[in-house]
Order: sequence, then C-alpha cells, then structure tokens
Amino acid sequence: MTGISGLFSPAAMHYIVPALVGGIAVAVCAALLGVTLVLRRYAMIGDGLSHVGYGALCVASVMQLAPLCIAVPVVLAAAFILLGLSESGKLKGDNGIALFSTTAMSIGIIVSSKAGLTNDVSHYMFGSILALDKGDVILCIVTAVIVTAAFLLLYNRIFAVTFDESFSRATGIPVKAYNMVIAALTAITIVMGMMLMGTLLISSLIVVPTLSAMRLCRGFRGVVIGAVSLSVGCFVLGFFIAVILDLTPGACVVVTNVAVYLLCSLISWIKGAE
Amino acid sequence: MTPLLACQDITVQFGTNTVLDKLSFTVEPGDYLSVIGKNGSGKSTLIRALLKLCPLDRGSIVTADSFTRRDIGYLPQQSGIQKDFPATVWEVVLSGCLGHHKFLPFYTKADHMEAERNMHRLGICQLRKRSYRTLSGGQQQRVLLARALCATKKLLLLDEPVTGLDPAATSELYDIIRELNEQDGIAIIMVSHDMDGGLKDARHVLYLDEKTQYFADADTFRHSAIARQLEQEHHTHAHLRKIHYSREDAS
Repeated sequence: MTGISGLFSPAAMHYIVPALVGGIAVAVCAALLGVTLVLRRYAMIGDGLSHVGYGALCVASVMQLAPLCIAVPVVLAAAFILLGLSESGKLKGDNGIALFSTTAMSIGIIVSSKAGLTNDVSHYMFGSILALDKGDVILCIVTAVIVTAAFLLLYNRIFAVTFDESFSRATGIPVKAYNMVIAALTAITIVMGMMLMGTLLISSLIVVPTLSAMRLCRGFRGVVIGAVSLSVGCFVLGFFIAVILDLTPGACVVVTNVAVYLLCSLISWIKGAE
Repeated sequence: MTPLLACQDITVQFGTNTVLDKLSFTVEPGDYLSVIGKNGSGKSTLIRALLKLCPLDRGSIVTADSFTRRDIGYLPQQSGIQKDFPATVWEVVLSGCLGHHKFLPFYTKADHMEAERNMHRLGICQLRKRSYRTLSGGQQQRVLLARALCATKKLLLLDEPVTGLDPAATSELYDIIRELNEQDGIAIIMVSHDMDGGLKDARHVLYLDEKTQYFADADTFRHSAIARQLEQEHHTHAHLRKIHYSREDAS
C-alpha cells in the first residue's frame, strides 16, 4: 500500500493512527479475557460468538439499523445462553457453540445474499481496520477501559474462579455472577474485535497470546502480563508488516501471533531440555 | 459441648430418587469424622449439602453460634483443569483468603501473613514460587490444604484426599491430617472410600450405602457387623486381586 517511506506521510497517518489505537485496545481486551477463557476450556466461545455477531451485523445492515445496536445485545444474549447451557450440562460446551455459530452464520448469509449486500458483509468477515472512523476508535478505547478496569478489580476472584470453581463456590464466591461478567465482557470485546480483525480471525486474538504466555510463565500473574504484552506486541508488529508489504492486516496479526507462539514453544522446549 | 455442626434428619431427593434419607449426625469442635461409602452412596451429595450448594428437601443443618457453613475449609477432589494450570503455589494458597472479604478487590497484609503461616505449617515454604502444575500429587494436596486452612481454623472438609496418591504420599497426608486435628484442634470431616486409611485416626464414623446409614464412634464402628462385613469384602477383593495377578504372572 505504502512502503516504508510513505508510512509516515500525513495521508498514511490518517488511517494508521486510528487503526493502531483501536487495534491495541482490542488486543489488550482479547488477551485479558483469553487467559480465563483458555484456562477454563472455553477457547472456542470467541469463535462461536463472532459468528453470532456476523449474523447479527448482516441482519442489521439489511434492515438499515445501526450495526452495533443489534450486534452487541445479540452477542451478549448468545454468550449468556451458551454459558448457561454448558453449566446446566444440557448442551456441553463445544456442541452448543457449533450449533449457535453455524445457525447465526447461515441466517446472516441468507439475509445478506437475498438483499444483495456483499460489500459490507465482507467487511465484517475480514475486518476493516484501515477504515476506522473516530467513533469506532472511541468505542474501542471505552471497551478497553471497561474490560481492563473490571479485570483489575476482580483479578483475585477471577483467578480463584478460574483455578477451582468448587472451592470458590464453597467459600461463598458467587461463581455464576462472575461467569456472567466474563461472558458480557467477552461479548463486547468480540464485537469490537470482529469489526477490526474480522469474524474469522478474532478468536485467535483471544486464544494464541495466552497459549504463548503459558509456555513461558509459571504463575497466573505472569501469564496475564505476558499474554497482554505479547498480544499488543504481535498486533503492532503484524500490523506494520501488513502495511509495509501491502498485506491483509488481520491475517498478518494472526500469523505473527502464531509465529511468536512457535518461538515460545521452542524456548520452553530448550529450557526444558537443559 | 455444643456441636460445631448438627445434621438432623437431612433428606435430599433428585426427582423420585432419594439420595440422602433422614441422615443425622453431629460434629463436635476438634472432632474427626470419617464418612465412608462406595460410589453412589450419597457422599458427594452430603458434601454439597454441607457446603450449602444443594437445597435440603427435609431436615436441617444447625451450626454453633460462632460458626457458619462458610467457615468450612474445603479440599475438593482434584479436577482435570488444574493439571496444566499456570499458577504459583503462593497464588493458590493466598486465594484461600478470598472468603474473608466480600468486596475488597485486593488481599490485605493480614491475608499475606495468614498464607505464609499456613505454608509454613504444611512445610511448603520452599515451593512458593514453583508452578502448581509441576508438583507431585502429594505436594499439590498440601498446597490445597494450606489454601483450605487460609479459609478456616475450625473445620476442614476433605473430599477423597488420597485419590491418585502413591502409598508413601498417602500415609504422609494422613499423618498431616491427624496432626492438624490433634495439635491444632481443627475438626475434620473426611469423605473417602479408603476403608483402612479412613478409619485409622477417626473418632467418629458415618457409613453410607444405598440402604443403610450408620453413625457411631470409631471403636463401636470397628466392632460392628458392618465393619466386619466390609473387612470381609475387602479381604475377598484383595484375595481375588492376588489370584488375578498371579495368573497374569504365570501367563
């Protein structure tokens, strides 16, 4: 798109700065929530919710409603229902997610192809990080502030609930309420993330940084800090690689994350072999 | 002495299936109660009832004035999730203090000291920076015991504490539990299907199976018809196992 020389031109700054700010905000949220989701074996919930979000966005754009006003509540509802289902054991984790995500996806595809929309819809599929306006960026920042504040205030309880639900219940921690809070934060993060990274790629932003950090850190705090740093670092690196080489940003960020994961695995393997 | 905990005719039903039927027993301060029963005898339901995690259909659980059921230090069965969980020993032990605060987001200085004391008590100070997932089964149980002690000083509820431990770690853990009971005066409720170990140090025994329930002090229980029958079954099993192994060796 630009090459290195054009990177700092005023024209380029116009789309690079919002993309960087929004992307870093989402990378922080995704990594924070990813730690507890991955450790509780809910890694695929991000994928499922983003597909639900896709369906909702398609319906919203066909009906010419504000996309976020439809997507956020729908994804929130889906998150609560999925958690509720897997807790009650009626539909175990993965099955519920598969059912939800394919259903929502199909509805989205049917509605949008009937209405002849393909442009908007492909934005949601692959993200449109280079086309963020001021409002989008502010939304991303607000989301990041809410998620980070909630995570910091509830950090000890999130640890306890993630590590051992039965013990937490026994000591009187309202586990269900915390699950709800985590589901709600995840839902908001997913919707923001899919506008940037796309439906298909956002779940890797949730999962991969945690997996990388788990390779290197022994404690929970280490993993949280590691996941956030790796997530932000990989986003920035992947994003600039994409801009300089004129590649798709979302996909580049994911590939960078996976490369770092492989590197972390290698380091932990060498450490283990010593 | 007023009992710490008195269960009176507690009954729990799931649909038409009565899991606990008019069960009564008491736990005195400093008591050591061993709950013995096979799988499906209602042991886990009893635990859930004691922890206030499942409603009683009839009966009541009365506690001493200074004691609520949140004062129970719980040692749950090891779940699969914890096997690869990145958490340091310190983080796990400290999390036992969470029940002390309803809304405070962070731990206090007193919590840190409490965690320190309990790690010292269980001899795991040198493990504090180690990752929980790299510990042996016996070490992991000590860490979880230290966490439970952070939650309470009055009553520990142990759910199958020796499952998956080798014989040496098993007897070591029983010793630790006995010490906590005798030296620190902490009441113990231990749920187990390990007859021998479960009975060794107990002062009272509650035996559960689908039809019978029997609560007695440990000596009375050892001389009861149920104990004799269980011992016989135990020997028969051991005998059968021996035959089985010798056959395998031969072939």
